[in-house]
Formats: sequence, structure tokens, C-alpha cells
Amino acid sequence: MSTFEEVIAADRRIEPRDAMPDAYRATMVRQIAQHAHSEIIGMQPEGYWITRAPSLRRKAILLAKVQDEAGHGLYLYAAAETLGVDRAELAERLIDGRQKYSSIFNYPTLGYADVGVIGWLVDGAAICNQVPLCRSSYGPYARAMIRVCKEESFHQRQGYELLMTMMRGTAAQRELVQESVDRWWWPSLMMFGPPDGDSPNTARSMAWKIKRHTNDELRQRFVDMTVPQAGRLGVTLPDPELRWNAERGHHDFGTPDWDELKRVIQGDGPCNAERVEHRRRAHEDGAWVREAATAHAAKAARAAEAAEAARAARAAEAGRSTKEEVA
Amino acid sequence: MSWPLYEVFVRGKRGLNHVHVGSLHAADDESALHSARDLYTRRNEGVSIWVVRSAHITASSPDEKDPFFAPSGDKVYRHPTFYSIPDDVPHI
Repeated sequence: MSTFEEVIAADRRIEPRDAMPDAYRATMVRQIAQHAHSEIIGMQPEGYWITRAPSLRRKAILLAKVQDEAGHGLYLYAAAETLGVDRAELAERLIDGRQKYSSIFNYPTLGYADVGVIGWLVDGAAICNQVPLCRSSYGPYARAMIRVCKEESFHQRQGYELLMTMMRGTAAQRELVQESVDRWWWPSLMMFGPPDGDSPNTARSMAWKIKRHTNDELRQRFVDMTVPQAGRLGVTLPDPELRWNAERGHHDFGTPDWDELKRVIQGDGPCNAERVEHRRRAHEDGAWVREAATAHAAKAARAAEAAEAARAARAAEAGRSTKEEVA
Repeated sequence: MSWPLYEVFVRGKRGLNHVHVGSLHAADDESALHSARDLYTRRNEGVSIWVVRSAHITASSPDEKDPFFAPSGDKVYRHPTFYSIPDDVPHI
């Protein structure tokens, strides 16, 4: 029989009912739950713009995208549940603030260009993070990530296309795009987490093959991918230190404000309270729907039971009369 | 809220088996089917869906994996490569 260590060493997947160290299980639950919460909270910044999008086409696209975020959250809650946690409990932990979500969603969407920039930069960074997670050692998580990544590419492309459209518009529209890029660039770089020297769990997560690359490796990859896209779009990334380093074969770039990241993670970002409060309200406002569905299911089950009892009684009755005839 | 957990299986297209894609919670079978459609086939990923309560699935246990599957382990003669046939025999 393969032990946990043998499965990991052979680069195979751990499946739900396999034996695994408690710390591995706890790490997976925390990571998958945080990821799921991020998708759920991630509906809000863009959801705000559904009714404000400038055309039916843009509304339909945005609606589909926000639906996808909900779907991604649910794929991930399903994966977390295979580890023995209860989904309702995870929803509670998000609302209570006991579990976190990605810091990026604590920034406000101040203009419609933000919808495009979120698709391009935020979803672009998410893709960078998530593609290697498709090979994560925990099977249900890796499989959920494959579904998510397939859908995420639509998100990034619709954002970039939206921005290209605005950049072909008026000078004022181009300014709106640049202003939005200026606000989202650094928070997007922070999405990869603290620098490697400050990320105590990275080594263990890499050894367990939960993570395949360090935060700094992924951040570098994202910068290298994004710079030519910014050039093609015609926007400037707000970093005076950003330049190509031929020797390294990578772009050099400035240091994000790590104190800001810490503050936002600890709850002191521009929208933390608002996001969690909105989620709580949505959860509570939906209670009557859940109760109605439960009541309807209970009623249907009672009706089915009664019908079954009646059928059994008829069958018994028929059996008796047959016997009487024979007698 | 304590809706039961359902496992979801989707047939991607005609000619393929239903494949397990994930799970969801639902109040009853009918709503499980509708939620499964919304959650797992937003992009025409399926032509048919099965949902079944997770509690109704009986599964083999990984703890007894070795003894459970052992009976097929020593029957190499069930595989075509067990039989050596000269190279000059055609179509076999």
C-alpha cells in the first residue's frame, strides 16, 4: 500500500479517503476555503457594475462573468467538503471573519474601466496563480482548478477587449483606463502574497506539492507576461523601476508596499467591512428561499410517502380478495 | 439549513459515459438537477446529467485497497500481451 509520502514523491494525487497528515488536511481546508471565499466575495466589485454597464452586450458579458465567479466558489466548496468540513460552516466562517479571502477584493471599483482592468490584471494574476494549481497534489482541488482555469481565460480576454475598446475612444476614456491601471497595478502584484522571505508556509506547501512555484516566481511571471500587453494597449504601468533586464531575461520591477498588503489582510483595507457585510446581508436575505425549498421538499416527501402507503394498502387489499375468491 | 449532499455526473456528449464532476447541496432531487445544470453545464458541457445523494453511494475503502483489488493482480493471462505470437503472423 502506498503511504502519503510515496504518493507525493511519485507525483501522484492524494484522494479524499486516503490517509494524510493532519497538517496537510488543515492546510488544504484553509487554502481551498480561502480560495472559495475569494470567488464568492469576488462577485461584488464587478457585480456593482452590472446595472451600470453601457450596453446590453456588456451587461450580458458581466453577468456571465459574475455567475462564473459564483460557480468557481461552489466548485471549490465542493472540493473542501471532500476533506470532511461542512459547507454551511465554511459560509459562516467567512461571514464571521474567521477565514480570509484574497486581499484584492477589498479595493473599490470606482469606474467602469475597472471592470476591464480587473479582467485583464486581476484575472490575469489569478490565472498565473491557478494554472500551476491544476497540478496540485490534492486531487479534488486540482480538478476544480482545471474547470476554473478553462473559464478564467474568458474573463481575462473580455477585460482586455473592453480596455482596447475604451482606448480606441476619446481622450477622456483613455485617461479613465490609465487611472484605473494606476490604481490596480500594485494590488494585483500583491495578489501573489508576501515575498518569499516572508512566506513561512511556502516551503512546506512546495514539499507537499500543493504549490508548485513560490510567490516571487509567479509574480515575476505575471510582470513578464503583462508588460507587452500594456504596451500593446497603450497604457503605462505605474512603476518607474520597471525595465527589461537582458542579463536575467526578466523585467526588473519595484517593491510593492508590503505594509499596505498586511493592513488589507488584517481587515483595514478600503472595503473589508463593506464586503463582509454585503455577504452577510445576501446570506440572510436568501434565508426565506432556502426555507421555502426545504419546506417544499418535505411536503413532496410526505406526499410520496402517503402515496406509497396507499399503494401498499391497495395491494394488501387486492391480495386479501384474491385469497377469498380462491377459498 | 441541512440540505443533503448530491454527487453530479455529466455525459459530455452522446457516446460517452457520465463522468463525476463534483457535488452540490440541494433540498430535493429535482432542485439538485437544476442546480447541477446551472453549476456544471454553463457552456454546453453536457447532454445529460445524473445526480445521486452522496449518502446512497457505496464505495470501496482505500484502507483495504490492496486486498480488495488483489484478485486481479496475479492474473496476467487476462492481458493480450501475455501470449507470445511470432512476428510474422499477420493481423493478430
